Amino acid sequence: MKIKNILILVLVLLAAYGILVAVAELPPYGMPDNPVHNQVSERYINEALNDTGVPNMVTAIVLDYRAYDTMYETIVLFTAALAVVITLKSYKGGSKT
Amino acid sequence: MKDFILKRMAAIILPLMCMYGFYVIFHGHISAGGSFAGGIIVGLSFIAYSTIYGLEKGKIKLPEKILTLTESYGTLWYVIMGMVGIVKGAPFLANKLAGLNPGTPGALSSGGLISLLGLGVGIRVASTMVTLFFTMKEEQT
Repeated sequence: MKIKNILILVLVLLAAYGILVAVAELPPYGMPDNPVHNQVSERYINEALNDTGVPNMVTAIVLDYRAYDTMYETIVLFTAALAVVITLKSYKGGSKT
Repeated sequence: MKDFILKRMAAIILPLMCMYGFYVIFHGHISAGGSFAGGIIVGLSFIAYSTIYGLEKGKIKLPEKILTLTESYGTLWYVIMGMVGIVKGAPFLANKLAGLNPGTPGALSSGGLISLLGLGVGIRVASTMVTLFFTMKEEQT
């Protein structure tokens, strides 16, 4: 038991070291030359109104550029509701299972 | 619950809340908000109703048949709206590419398919919330 605990501690410290090294490599917050400010976000900001005719950029991205993603999000909701209904719903009488 | 003040206040607030949810759904493309948030508000109004007045009355307001229909056809509505692109000879879920007129930005009937897709998503989210609540509440009692 003791050796196992020490092993777990070493593993946790190794994982923490890896994560902290990754955090130290992060670009500074809010700088204009960060990797997130690439041509994709520029394209959205400049062209969303022309491409979709919708002033709300979030809706333009969610329901036009990323419409597939939203479709599968609704399917995820459907599956979640289906799983809950199958697991929890009890039919009175017990014959309709 | 038997609280008189709560019931009267809910009778005043909840219809406006439901209407506001539909407002957020329908105006999702021209103002802040969107179909997910609007669907949550619509679902919450029904959840609050059946919390305050009891599950039986909530089920009278929103029968299981309607819930099943919206639950089943919300996603299907989305997919059918996506088929408009294929019918017009463009990729699935295409909007401007399919030649639909985006309209003037800021008008209620603008954005081509976007408001219709948003309606599907909003109904979907609302019915999912209400179904989850009804099923769990039923199991609890």
